[in-house]
Amino acid sequence: MKVKLNVNGQQREVDVEPRKTLLDTLREDFLLVGSHAGCEHGVCGACTVLLDGEPSRSCLMFAVQADGYEITTIEGLAPAPGELSVVQDAFCETHGLQCGYCTPGMILTAHALLNHNDTPSREDIVEAISGNICRCTGYGQIVEAVEFAADRLRKTNAPRNLKGAHPNEPRVDVSAKSDAPKEGVLEAAQADTPHGGRK
Amino acid sequence: MKPAPFEYARPDSLAETCEILAADEDARIIAGGQTLIPMLAMRLARPTRLVDILRLKELKGVRSENGAIVIGAVTRQVEVERSEEVHRRLPLLIKALPWVGHPPTRNRGTVGGSIANADPSAEIPLVAVTLGAEIEIANPSDRTRMPADEFFIGPMLTSVMPGDCVCAVHFPVWSHARVGTGFHEVSARQSDFAFVAAAAQVALDESGRCVEAVLGLGGVGDRALRIDVSALVGREVDRAAIADVVGAGTQDLEASSDLHATAAYRRRVAAVFGARALEDAFADARSQGGMVQ
Repeated sequence: MKVKLNVNGQQREVDVEPRKTLLDTLREDFLLVGSHAGCEHGVCGACTVLLDGEPSRSCLMFAVQADGYEITTIEGLAPAPGELSVVQDAFCETHGLQCGYCTPGMILTAHALLNHNDTPSREDIVEAISGNICRCTGYGQIVEAVEFAADRLRKTNAPRNLKGAHPNEPRVDVSAKSDAPKEGVLEAAQADTPHGGRK
Repeated sequence: MKPAPFEYARPDSLAETCEILAADEDARIIAGGQTLIPMLAMRLARPTRLVDILRLKELKGVRSENGAIVIGAVTRQVEVERSEEVHRRLPLLIKALPWVGHPPTRNRGTVGGSIANADPSAEIPLVAVTLGAEIEIANPSDRTRMPADEFFIGPMLTSVMPGDCVCAVHFPVWSHARVGTGFHEVSARQSDFAFVAAAAQVALDESGRCVEAVLGLGGVGDRALRIDVSALVGREVDRAAIADVVGAGTQDLEASSDLHATAAYRRRVAAVFGARALEDAFADARSQGGMVQ
């Protein structure tokens, strides 16, 4: 069965059996092996990908069901080849991984959380990653990594994506008419905007 | 962990869905797939054909209808969690939803899927039974509605006939000014299958007297059960009254035993959590305006 998938911004067509999961299609047909096959029945979260910005288990859907979604895998997060996203870097900085098996799923889940919540509480983070099992770290450093990434994201000047993970919640406060960070040092250009760009 | 081969169909309408199901008795409906796909992967289910209804617009969304909130079968759990209308008018469902699976499974899992799956420990069926919801079912010739306590007949067993399709759940909305809700659950870890879950909703009049009260228990037996707490109605309710009524209602409960919890444990926890859910519901209702005592 032929299906067109939008993976990391690229349209790709693939001919698969209906029984082939999205996970196996990503790994075997597209060679995107960053999505890990753990339990293959929806318990461990190692295969997590983002569907339209929302974390979903790629072992719990078939490739033939995945047309029409924007699929993001761990390979689609880095801003440029050889670089790391803020969340990926935060995991390195805080030793938020050991064997790395759960890491792609953890990072994608954290991305989705931080897309719609830039000041997550510890409980928010724990709830968000509750469906991802890690057998090395004891989760402490993973939570720390997400807190660290949230802090860094608040302080970056990078414009935030308008498309939040929650359909009703834009990442940018459009009424503020500014991409100013909520805290941290302001760029000179933003000092000219009302309230330094802050609300 | 690879499913056996099957055909895949994605019909454009409910009518077409029913036709496909009627023509092939080994066909299965798939919506979010969060329970069905693990069963396929472990080959506990081997349908000839999967009929994907997740994108059927006629089965999607939350709407108000005749004093009820009607949730289309393929409305994803996360969409209900974010619905302002459900927050306002069906707070018990909102309290239960965080206990349904994990955020990634709620992103795909549907309300109708959880209902049709009829897991005895599942929270959405528990809320449906507690509130006396009605399940709307379509088959090739007509559409019918069935009360939740007739719909669920045992563990993973419902009154849905082969070829039928669950198309919506009608949750009644209480019109009283002061409605309170409570929900408690215990499981091995957050969002795992409930050993015991308790859902309660109560309504108070201006003077703080109880005018309506319901209590449901999930995970205890082979399906969600409603416990008779009508003795609380018409009184000013305190902790002792709740303990009496729930104690009486749960003492002969038929509970199941498994690896995780014995029947005796489930019965004891059911009494404690049932009382706690009701206490929370009364506290919640008292906090909603009315006359100062």
